[in-house]
Amino acid sequence: MYAINKFINIQKDAIFENGICLFKNEEDGFSAFMKRVYKERGINYPKFYKMDDLCKLAFIAAELLLGDEEEKDIALLLSNREASLDTDLKHQQTIQDAAAYFPSPAVFVYTLPNITIGEISIRHALKSESAFFIAERFPAERMQQYAQYLLKTKKAVKVLCGWVHFLNGEYRADFYLVETHGNIAHTIENINEITK
Amino acid sequence: MEALKQELKERIIEVLNLEDITPADIQDTEALFGDGLGLDSIDALELIVLLDKEYGIKLADPKQGKEIFQSVETMAQFIAENRTKL
Repeated sequence: MYAINKFINIQKDAIFENGICLFKNEEDGFSAFMKRVYKERGINYPKFYKMDDLCKLAFIAAELLLGDEEEKDIALLLSNREASLDTDLKHQQTIQDAAAYFPSPAVFVYTLPNITIGEISIRHALKSESAFFIAERFPAERMQQYAQYLLKTKKAVKVLCGWVHFLNGEYRADFYLVETHGNIAHTIENINEITK
Repeated sequence: MEALKQELKERIIEVLNLEDITPADIQDTEALFGDGLGLDSIDALELIVLLDKEYGIKLADPKQGKEIFQSVETMAQFIAENRTKL
């Protein structure tokens, strides 16, 4: 059977690891909160500051989940409800006025949700299978089947699964790592509990 | 020219999200790409937009950027000679 040893939840101004609170937001907003976590974790990765908010959220969640992870054959399966809509809207604002048509390349590159996977892969040197699903809610059953297929067919040694949502300042990330042995059985019931 | 160079440093920091860097940290002749500030290809495109948006300069040939964006000094010189917005 496959299992989960570690999961990260970021929501409502707090960050939890396996249900235990790691950080409480005492800052003004999301960006300041993520910056504080970045600083307190001693991360040195200047590209973090150039990321859009969705990628910053995914980056921090992955950073906390994979902090001391040495395995590099980790597949990435992410999902959310609105793709990269928050950044799509920002990009749209820069092109809607023909008289002030100045699309920002730095914004445009984040108008795809799977850029979150790219940023995590670059940071952790992962050259693995990945997929990003758009769904109304976390597709627990599909994620469970896909993760187990990847492990069973040895296409990956571990699988990072997660929900990553950012829109209009509201945010939520639920990331967990599936592997061959561990404390929490990789069942749909447990996945639903982790991502509820 | 000194005021333009100071303004450029502030704008570069702002549009490229160079966290923890102040205008005083950027030397006039320091390389912007490579070993200098370590900017990348997306930053180069963002600087092309900056020239257009703030100074009314459209680069006909993006390859020009290699010379123009060598440093704040070369950028300021090019802007001073070609700007259409004051």
